[in-house]
Amino acid sequence: MLLTLLVVVTIVIVRMRSLFGVIVLSGVYSFLMASVLMVYDAVDVAMTEAAVGAGVSTVLLLAALHLTDAREYPQPRPAALPLLVAVIVGLVLIWATYDLPAFGIADAPIHRHVAPHYLQNAIKETQVANVVSAVLADYRSFDTFGEVIVVFTAGIGVMLLLKGRRQRRDGSEGGLR
Amino acid sequence: MEAFKNFFDHYNYIATIVLMVAGLYIVIARGNMIKKLIGLMLFQTSVYLLYIAPGKIIGGTPPVLDPNFTVYSNPLPHVLILTAIVVGVATIALGLAIVSRIHEAYGTIEEDEIFERGEDG
Amino acid sequence: MRLDVILRVGVKLIIPFMLIFGLYVQLHGDYGPGGGFQAGVIVAGSVIVYALIFGIEEAQRIAPRRLVEFLVPLGVLIYAMTGVFGLLNGQNFLDYSVLAAHAPAGRERGILLVEAGVLVTVASTMVALFYAFSERGR
Repeated sequence: MLLTLLVVVTIVIVRMRSLFGVIVLSGVYSFLMASVLMVYDAVDVAMTEAAVGAGVSTVLLLAALHLTDAREYPQPRPAALPLLVAVIVGLVLIWATYDLPAFGIADAPIHRHVAPHYLQNAIKETQVANVVSAVLADYRSFDTFGEVIVVFTAGIGVMLLLKGRRQRRDGSEGGLR
Repeated sequence: MEAFKNFFDHYNYIATIVLMVAGLYIVIARGNMIKKLIGLMLFQTSVYLLYIAPGKIIGGTPPVLDPNFTVYSNPLPHVLILTAIVVGVATIALGLAIVSRIHEAYGTIEEDEIFERGEDG
Repeated sequence: MRLDVILRVGVKLIIPFMLIFGLYVQLHGDYGPGGGFQAGVIVAGSVIVYALIFGIEEAQRIAPRRLVEFLVPLGVLIYAMTGVFGLLNGQNFLDYSVLAAHAPAGRERGILLVEAGVLVTVASTMVALFYAFSERGR
């Protein structure tokens, strides 16, 4: 049911032309995605997606909307080629997913190699009960180190790009008064 | 009946592919840059679903160890996707900063108008 | 009476709970869902909602821009120093078992330190992003 609701919201996002409505709907989409992730037993991921997608992302999109004075965009010309490409890619991918094991069975190959080792040895080796935190910060801490560096780089990049006051095209300084 | 049962077993993956294709369509078919970035966000979040759905075990619990439970869902996709979510928001923030600077340089964020302006001068 | 009285009073009531919840999520990352990223975004969210309701100048009196820009690399430094500590004691980079006499206790301590570094960087980066976007449009 939640997935069907997600598909409906996505189709409305594709069709909608007012940018403010699209941003609000993307917040709704993130909230529904967090609910779906909770149903999939991914509690850490659901919390992060809700905080990041429905919180920070919406605020940044609204700030960019204000900076670019955008309201809604004109009617796009009907183009058959992108739709055809998208539908063909979708059908090929759906045909490929039939090779995946059925949803939710317990003896799929994904559950056989490294995951049982983490589940059985997390408490013995790290005394931390949340296996996701233990794997994130201890067994795979290089990946988390790289991720913190990515966040840091993005922060520095945005600070460099958006330093100073807004310059309008006629040379005068912009801003609200 | 076999095809029907197959469809309902794989319904999660099919819905995920529909979301992915919708995001792809927005990126290639719409000219407004903020809309393109939102399409990219849709694409990224559908990939998160594609990774986490196979990790779920029906009858399992979230992977927080507790003496009362024995069957846990797979924690490995959760770790990878946690990193991916934060990297995704960093990408979107940087993309929005670039879109703001493009607006200041060209006066518009519609792709077609920027191309026309480039052909004129 | 200004039109946004409900928002101002409501936000003043909610922000302390948001900050405490962020601290709770950070410190309980070992025993339940949580950890550095979620807590960082929640703490940044409380600063952002204060700035949205009361104005950028008020928010910058509480979280000055220089301090936030200083905190962004500090988290990465905390993370890297925890890793180098393992190198200095003869083990691999990011090996936490040297932080305490008993190896699993050392690994738990390393996990706590590393999550603290992640919290600092993520929270200050989100606030710095918000400040950068809003100061551009003033």
